[in-house]
Amino acid sequence: MTQTTAPAPVAAPAASPAPRARSGRVRRLTGTDRLVLGVMIGVPTLIQAVLIWIPTLLSIGLSFTRWNGLALSDIHSAGLANYRFAVDEYPPFWPAVWHNVIWLVFLAGIATPLGVVLAVLLDQKIRFTRLYQSIFFTPVMLSLVLVGIVWQLVYARDEGLLNNLLGTAGTPSAVDWFGDPHVNLWAALVATAWRHAGYIMVLYLAGLKGLDPSLREAAAIDGANDRQTLFKVVFPAMRQINVVVVVITLIEALRAFDIAYVINRGTNGLELLSILVIQNLVGEGQVIGVGSALAVLLLVVSLVPIVAYLIRTFRRAD
Amino acid sequence: MRRSRYGTHLFLVVMSVMWLAPLLWTLYTSLRPKQTTDKYGYWSLHGPLTLDNFTTAWSQGRLPTYFLNSIYTTVPAVLLTLALASMMAFAVSRYTWKFNLTLLILFTAGNMLPPQVLAAPLFQMFKHVPLPYSLSTSGSLLDTYYAVIAVEVAFQLGFCTFVLSNYMKTLPAELTEAALVDGAGVWRQFRRIIMPLTRPALAALGTLQVIWLYNDFFWPLLFIQSGDRLPITTGVNSLQGQFLQDYNLIAAGATITVIPTLIVYLALQRHFVAGLTLGASKG
Repeated sequence: MTQTTAPAPVAAPAASPAPRARSGRVRRLTGTDRLVLGVMIGVPTLIQAVLIWIPTLLSIGLSFTRWNGLALSDIHSAGLANYRFAVDEYPPFWPAVWHNVIWLVFLAGIATPLGVVLAVLLDQKIRFTRLYQSIFFTPVMLSLVLVGIVWQLVYARDEGLLNNLLGTAGTPSAVDWFGDPHVNLWAALVATAWRHAGYIMVLYLAGLKGLDPSLREAAAIDGANDRQTLFKVVFPAMRQINVVVVVITLIEALRAFDIAYVINRGTNGLELLSILVIQNLVGEGQVIGVGSALAVLLLVVSLVPIVAYLIRTFRRAD
Repeated sequence: MRRSRYGTHLFLVVMSVMWLAPLLWTLYTSLRPKQTTDKYGYWSLHGPLTLDNFTTAWSQGRLPTYFLNSIYTTVPAVLLTLALASMMAFAVSRYTWKFNLTLLILFTAGNMLPPQVLAAPLFQMFKHVPLPYSLSTSGSLLDTYYAVIAVEVAFQLGFCTFVLSNYMKTLPAELTEAALVDGAGVWRQFRRIIMPLTRPALAALGTLQVIWLYNDFFWPLLFIQSGDRLPITTGVNSLQGQFLQDYNLIAAGATITVIPTLIVYLALQRHFVAGLTLGASKG
């Protein structure tokens, strides 16, 4: 899975009469030009429709059916049975929901704020700020698979860095950080935060750098101290970026998949909704209907931040 | 803030150590022969440091195949994404159509969905698309690079279109109007005027997309079944099973995997960070 990217709209250019001036132009186009524009819009739209929108609708459709994935004629209606099974009888369902909630709270409460704090600190005229930035940014370049492998080396029971630092390596009290179902969720979250905080830092830092310096100067002239300037002037002025950061955090928490899959395929303490979807789709116990029902539940929850973001972003663009 | 400078530096140094420790530990482990770590333990300073693990991981871990597969999927996917996104962005940002906004909203929304939501229908769709065996050994779109490339393109298209259309909106309308007066058609305006001016945004997005797609794990995992067709990020996961408890080899394999990303990042750092923040910051 690639990184969540939720761009904020670029402020409308100062010379905004331009778009209006263009509005009548489509009618003045020649036939060839209309064809060219039709292809330019048509091909990407077709790709989106066939590979994103239609599958989303099919997912919803399949969630109300029973199917073994073979002939299309084998699809039978199942009503709400898949949902009932998933919620009431499927043992890993509620643990997965709970883990997704913890994932979200951890990212929103610890990893994202840490990224913001780092950005605020590094935005000052401080020595070595470039070096610090590079260090915190390095994990962002790594895939979550590599993050999992790197932290496996840190967390390994007898060979790992952490237990050697704690002095428990090789003793019976050594914790198997990725193996023990009581701690592996937290171990995975620390590894995730290691990458997530750096990503948030870069986004936030770019926002801070783009802030009009006269805002801070005005605050200083009015006698605001650093803390007041930060909370009363800088954060409110960063509203656009704040929205992006919140949305990215929410969506990353719902999309969490790779690292848990790499550690133990999302079992034994690392159940997540996204992984349950996949476990029901591939492998021997293929239950497409249940997998789709889980996918739809994930979709519905994901639509909350997505729609909120789209409304905020496009309301003014209209 | 002058008084708290020492505190700030202390905090940043502690955090930096925490950030670097896993990476340095991986590098250190990868450079030590297994015999040494077996004898003295991983937590020791006994030499020697060699590159033997790297050559072993390279030759035994199918890494060259994985790398080639990554190139086969990443390069076409990035080029196609940028080409299609530029055309779409040009059409919606330079001309006013009725459904411009609706399309842009749907494109952006598609990019933000959890990929697992689409997994079942896409898998079944591809399974039921027959392909001649000369094109696909599975007889369908499954287990082919086409499947991975197509879905990667579709998924990245939304974000790229959004960023590029914002970028193109900031280019003055007079540019294309002058060309129109000179009798230049739509395609000519796009190729000769808008595309050259969009180059900085394309460079930034291109760098970003190369790294994201190189790092993508999920789509190849879903669609590719033959081990020798996996791209590196999905393939490297199998090293853990293949090398079992040989942490030295796993560390070396992981380090090798990072090298291309590191090269891209060091060579195009500016573009990469610009790409990340292109949409998020104003201007």
